[in-house]
Amino acid sequence: MFTLIKDSLLTQVRTLWLVFKKLFTKADTVEYPDVQPYMFPRWRGRIILSRDPDGEERCVACNLCAVVCPVDCIALQKAEKDDGRWYPEFFRINFSRCVMCGFCEEACPTNAIQLTPDFEMAEYVRQDMVWEKENLLINGTGKYHDYNFYRVSGMQIDGKDKGEALNEAAPVDVRSLLP
Amino acid sequence: MAKIVVDGVEFEVNPDNNLLQECLSQGLDLPYFCWHPCMGSVGACRQCAVKQYKDADDKVGMLVMSCMTPAADGSIISIEDEQAKDMRERVIESLMISHPHDCPVCEEGGECHLQDMTLMSGHNYRRYDKKKVTHRNQYLGPFINHEMNRCITCYRCVRFYGDYAGGTDLAAQASHHHTYFGRHEDGVLESEFSGNLVEVCPTGVFTDQAFSQHYSRKWDLQTAPSVCTGCSVGCNTIPGERYRQLRRITNRYNSDINGYFICDRGRFGYDYVNSDARLTEPSQQFDAEVVPIAEQELQSVLEEFHSGEGGTIGIGSPRASNESNFALRCLVGDENFYSGLSDRSQEATQLVLKLARDKVFHSPSVREIEKADAVVILGEDVTNVAPRIALALRQSVRNKAKELAAGCHIPQWQDAAVRELAQHDRSPLAILSSYATRLDDVASDCVVDVPAALVDTGFAIAASLSDLSGAPATTEHNAVAERIAAQLSAAKRPLIIAGTTAGQTGLIKAAANIARALSARSEAAIDLCLLVPEVNTLGVSMLANNDNKLSEALSKLASGAARRAIVLENDLYRRADSETVTAALSGLEKLLVIDQLPTATTSQADIVLPSTAFSEHEATYVNYEGRGQLSFQVHRNHNRALPAWRWLNDSEPGDVEAMINRCAEEAQGFDKLDDLLPDIKQFVAGMKVPRQSHRYSGRTAMRSQVNVHEPKQPVDSQSVMSFSMEGIPSASNATVLGSVWAPGWNSNQAISKFQNEINGELKQGHTGSLLIERTESVSSFYTPEAAAQESAKGVLQVAPAYQIFGSDELSARSHAIQQRMTDAYVGISPEDADSLGLKQGDSVSLDGNGTLATLCIRSRIRTGTAAVYCGDNQINPHSLGATLTLSKSETISDDRGISGLIVSDLYEEGY
Repeated sequence: MFTLIKDSLLTQVRTLWLVFKKLFTKADTVEYPDVQPYMFPRWRGRIILSRDPDGEERCVACNLCAVVCPVDCIALQKAEKDDGRWYPEFFRINFSRCVMCGFCEEACPTNAIQLTPDFEMAEYVRQDMVWEKENLLINGTGKYHDYNFYRVSGMQIDGKDKGEALNEAAPVDVRSLLP
Repeated sequence: MAKIVVDGVEFEVNPDNNLLQECLSQGLDLPYFCWHPCMGSVGACRQCAVKQYKDADDKVGMLVMSCMTPAADGSIISIEDEQAKDMRERVIESLMISHPHDCPVCEEGGECHLQDMTLMSGHNYRRYDKKKVTHRNQYLGPFINHEMNRCITCYRCVRFYGDYAGGTDLAAQASHHHTYFGRHEDGVLESEFSGNLVEVCPTGVFTDQAFSQHYSRKWDLQTAPSVCTGCSVGCNTIPGERYRQLRRITNRYNSDINGYFICDRGRFGYDYVNSDARLTEPSQQFDAEVVPIAEQELQSVLEEFHSGEGGTIGIGSPRASNESNFALRCLVGDENFYSGLSDRSQEATQLVLKLARDKVFHSPSVREIEKADAVVILGEDVTNVAPRIALALRQSVRNKAKELAAGCHIPQWQDAAVRELAQHDRSPLAILSSYATRLDDVASDCVVDVPAALVDTGFAIAASLSDLSGAPATTEHNAVAERIAAQLSAAKRPLIIAGTTAGQTGLIKAAANIARALSARSEAAIDLCLLVPEVNTLGVSMLANNDNKLSEALSKLASGAARRAIVLENDLYRRADSETVTAALSGLEKLLVIDQLPTATTSQADIVLPSTAFSEHEATYVNYEGRGQLSFQVHRNHNRALPAWRWLNDSEPGDVEAMINRCAEEAQGFDKLDDLLPDIKQFVAGMKVPRQSHRYSGRTAMRSQVNVHEPKQPVDSQSVMSFSMEGIPSASNATVLGSVWAPGWNSNQAISKFQNEINGELKQGHTGSLLIERTESVSSFYTPEAAAQESAKGVLQVAPAYQIFGSDELSARSHAIQQRMTDAYVGISPEDADSLGLKQGDSVSLDGNGTLATLCIRSRIRTGTAAVYCGDNQINPHSLGATLTLSKSETISDDRGISGLIVSDLYEEGY
């Protein structure tokens, strides 16, 4: 008898009490979209392409994001500037396939591709979820402010001669016999 | 066979090889850089260290370089030993000290042997905190990019370029950690095999420039096993496609033919496939107007040809596949089918075919050519006609070195030691040619004379070998002829090379006489290698009736005896002189031309049907030795072009395999053609083999700008391969080797995982079937033809000349090749130039008829000879006689001139 009262009656009273207590706490839900939620910087939302601190495109069209993508929703084509700098001739993300896994950001050797806290990407027409480079490329460095791939790598580009990258000695004179 | 123990497991190995090679043969993973299966060991990189123990009781052991240690019987080694692993990790750490951190922008990335070996060795972090050594790059021409910072000084490039391919303009410079691999100054790499540097270099120092202009990673390319259509050797290739564009060609290992290397024509001559000039839809031409034909109208036109009323002349082509030529033959009938070769070339090719059926001869494969220990070349400029064979001949002259090494008990794989021992001792290679060739530097004897005198010399060689071979014409080269004859008769495996491109059937007959004379002294069949110029010259000649000559076809058409003609992938203006062709084609009721690119012939046609290029259809070709080979379709075409046989097929449009089977059944001499078709039952669960790699990227985005809804994967109903990732990739099964990849081995070095043993056959691989059976035994010698005669002063005897870049019709339409092409030229000696008052690079008129060419003075050409290179059909070779006269022309023929021409004897004033 006692067990019956404990299991049915008292637990219901307790439930009522707990609900009653919550009447005086602050609500967790917000009135979206009138109130915007706080998104953490490392939230994996809309993908962007960033620029390096010099304002040049960071993407070097290495294709690593495309190959790591589990849904194969990134397609791009490498092109080359006169000075030897690689860049994507086109860079396309089919967001209707993207699962926001962030592998592309992890694979990117130049910090070009980044996921942002923006998640508001719904469209009425699925075709509009295909984004090209002009939609993806932003004017800043995104989350990573300092990294500039071409300052580190040995490839020669305009304004950075051989031997001027990080940790590099001046080019060798092959005709010299000095050690 | 020797027994060795590797990490406690016993293996049976070949004691003549080194440990590294045998470990790789057994499928073990052992990192290496400087060793190359075809170039042996030099022990430069120290990457392949293993622990070797004296005996079972030895627990300490010592570190040895496996590439420099023989796989002696009873060897006990350990790859997994901690000390050995540590050594390998430290070696690669030191090799990587100055590596420039640019994999993302390196064309080698993703198929880089250095990446693979770094991962395999376990190195991952640069501890060295001093500065990296950097180098300036060089301009190396339109084929190869140079990025010297990536170098790890394995010396493979110079060992291939200089030691293996005989190039002289790439070398190691400077010393210690400043070592630099490049030319003495910026400039085009001269070797015809420079493209192989891309595959030989374990990292990205030398990369494919043409590929870089439309670059894709290896895993993104759709690939299938294919056959090069650049010449008659039939090297095996792997073309790769992405975004509806053919992007590159790499070598596909074939133990009998090309092995690990192909020539630059084959590697860079594919771009015409992507050309905007390609014919894309069936069209009808009225005078100058080109109108597309609607489907229905086309049907009625084709039916008219199929109905067979009134004779239709069918002209085949040596650059079309067996199936296409066969379909045309079926359509027009045996009596109306012509091979499409010029009369001269057809006569010579028929002679080649006749000799190919003779029991006492043997057509050597490229691998067998490498084994020859005495060679004579009669008239052929092998480097420009069948380049891969020239590379094999360079290896054949090293057989002397191998013999010397064997005498001193030096293993063959000790590359540096064998070369050091032999110095400049080479096996004999005699070249009879009208002008200096690119093989002269390794030749023991070079006879340079007018074409007719070469024939005489050829017969003189035969005469000094056998009394039965007609009376020798006395020539000034008799002494040389006797020396060559002595070398050939002393050789264990002599080889005689001749062919149809020298334009002298006498040379082929002389070659046959020499071989027949040698066969009397030998048990085995004698290697007689007869070269033909185009990919399917032999195939089409086997299909065509001997008596059907092109000139007859053209005169039938001109006279009105036949009112309709079909021309299959053939530009007749390259096969006969222009007036005859124009006269034949102009008055026709209907001329149907099928081709890939517009030519002078298509512009004369009433109906032009577009056909697919080599990478867009499955086809078989017959190479110079009579070997039938199957080339798979790599990618689909997205226009109305069809394989030529599909346009011509009079029955229901069947699939290509049915066509090949029908050809094998009905065409004489092609019975073994169907052996080439792989059986789908061989594959796992009868599943197809994917053309796309298991990491093919961008599938849901590459077409999404057109339509976000992905189309269904295209189905290949015709072959054992699929146009997608679906199916089971051929792991170690090389039946259809579309991509060379094995776990941990992303570079082309993964080929060792597909070989039975290193340098051996591919597992389940098909090296092609020899179609021509040797059944005839003839014992008669050819009688020597008329001897050389002095020609009048100022009259030059014509010797046809060829260039690797330009002489092949289709590759000459490729962008990269065009950058290396020169104008048509006439090569004459400095003396002739003096007497004619001409200077290097002058524009000259031939026979005073307005045909223009550039003058090229060559120092090693006989006075009285004119080597005529026709360029990309700038000169019609059939309008030239056996002799010509030259006069200076004020008109400049072309701005290209002969700058950049690579011949070994370009004459320079005062040099």
